[in-house]
Amino acid sequence: MGIEEKAGDLGVVTTTLETVVNWGRTNAMWPLLFGLACCAIEMMGSQASNYDLSRFGMELNRASPRQADLMIVAGRVSRKMAPVVRRLYDQMSDPKWVIAMGDCASCGGVFNNYAIVQGVDEVIPVDVYVAGCPPRPEALIDGIMMLHEKVKREKISGKKDGASIRVNAGEMIHLHL
Amino acid sequence: MTITGEPQTIEQRTEKPVRRMAEYAATPLTVPSPKQITEPAHAGQTETMVLNMGPHHPSTHGVLRLVLELDGEKVVNVAPDVGFLHTGIEKTMESKTYQKAVVLTDRTDYLAPLSNNLSYVLAVEKLLDCEIPERVQVARVLLAELTRIGSHLVWLGTHALDLAAMSAFLYAFREREQILDIFELVSGARMMTSYFRVGGLAYDLPADFLPTVAAFLNDMPANIDEYEDLLTTNPLWLERTVGVGAVNADDAIAYGLSGANLRATGVSMDMRAMTPYCGYETYDFDIPVGEKGDIYDRYRVRMAEMRQSVKIAWQAHQRLVDIGPGPYMTENRKIAPPPKSEITHSMESLIHHFKLWTEGFRVPRGDAYVGIESPRGILGTYIVSDGSPKPYRVHLRAPSFINLQALQHMSRGGMVADLVALVASLDPVLGEVDR
Repeated sequence: MGIEEKAGDLGVVTTTLETVVNWGRTNAMWPLLFGLACCAIEMMGSQASNYDLSRFGMELNRASPRQADLMIVAGRVSRKMAPVVRRLYDQMSDPKWVIAMGDCASCGGVFNNYAIVQGVDEVIPVDVYVAGCPPRPEALIDGIMMLHEKVKREKISGKKDGASIRVNAGEMIHLHL
Repeated sequence: MTITGEPQTIEQRTEKPVRRMAEYAATPLTVPSPKQITEPAHAGQTETMVLNMGPHHPSTHGVLRLVLELDGEKVVNVAPDVGFLHTGIEKTMESKTYQKAVVLTDRTDYLAPLSNNLSYVLAVEKLLDCEIPERVQVARVLLAELTRIGSHLVWLGTHALDLAAMSAFLYAFREREQILDIFELVSGARMMTSYFRVGGLAYDLPADFLPTVAAFLNDMPANIDEYEDLLTTNPLWLERTVGVGAVNADDAIAYGLSGANLRATGVSMDMRAMTPYCGYETYDFDIPVGEKGDIYDRYRVRMAEMRQSVKIAWQAHQRLVDIGPGPYMTENRKIAPPPKSEITHSMESLIHHFKLWTEGFRVPRGDAYVGIESPRGILGTYIVSDGSPKPYRVHLRAPSFINLQALQHMSRGGMVADLVALVASLDPVLGEVDR
């Protein structure tokens, strides 16, 4: 059935805790169900039948940030949306990672104007940038693979502190409920 | 109803007389602001509960925020809060030349980029008053109908997903990928194609375009049957959609609904028949209408529309076969860049090329409005030109935005869970709502 048949009687495998934990993290990395604009459609496409992101243990999108490990910022972040993105990021429990999907989330893309934050890294720390407008599902999957490689090299203690990024709150419109 | 020849007015196309706009002025149309709901609640003046839905919510189809006033599970009032995706597209267009602004139109309604291209391009062409080759018009019709199918497939998939019918999403995206492959074939991009340009198309149609389209259109009716098998008579689907979120024809018109949302109420209004563009008057197709204007009718209308789109696309396909190879741009050298081969021979072509790529073409002073039938409704582009190579003002009549107005009218008195189905059935695209 599994690896034990192919490898014969393995008995004991020695490895480091870090390797096992990181292996586990890469194989069940749940993205936040969070789409902003055009890129979200390609993100949906990469989860649908043809590209099937579940091959990489990532089919389970969680709508609640509390249960998500990965935020894929799919689309342009407007000035009105930026505080919301930040709040969602803060609500995610550690360890957490961010992929800036597409040109808008990476650097503002074609929208160099008053309304769009010129890259989501002004608001939250980004691990992987995926270029494209919108990136093809292959590009997103490549970005995710890249993130997996990065996670495999991480220390399990002392995960980077996302909150250390300085946010210019004066620039943003705060959400008043 | 079969559309042949003359465009008809709303009165001709519906059984009952339709009220004119002046009469609607007396009808109070209210869309509350979020503050109207939150402020009394915070002051403790109400017995109801205020619930925030969005901007991050899986079934608001983007970044729509709804402030709900609830009495138990009953919806008392809904205030949509839009603008979370405001991109400043209309303003940015003012700093682009007419040809470059096409790129921005793609990104408004990102489920139907070619429809946006078409609306904008037709408005500019109306100002320019230039001749567009027949082959281009037919190709535009064909691609616009494929766009409609592709957009409806996303609507179907996400609508079903919102009501927990997950398999429909996987089926719908399977066919959508084929449509995206066709777009990639013609333009090199899957979604943001910018394929329609002022004066024609960006590139010529590739040789394997027609066979690919034919293969897709051949399979599509059977695929639509498959979706209908999943949902149309599914008891759970019927339970969630029949009689839910109904709106009558009068109110639908008063709120400015258009597209399938309006047609589901029984009003047979379709821009392709009312004010035909790109030669739609010469195609044979029906306009599906509903009766009750509920979620189920909207579902049925869109499903039927997909079949009609296949029908139109077949006709356009046949015409392209008949026309054969030909020009893909207008002959007017003031608008269309000359082919590379001409540039090395003709001084005039070289000058045209230089002027077009450095400055762009100048559009006569004036204004123009063109409304087309996008998958979401009447998508209008209004352009004001001051005679320079850049538009003075561009305004989009975004059907999603206007359809969303009726949300609180439809959802009042219903259950919260139905609101999810209702938002999905209105099929808003927040990129277009906020622009």
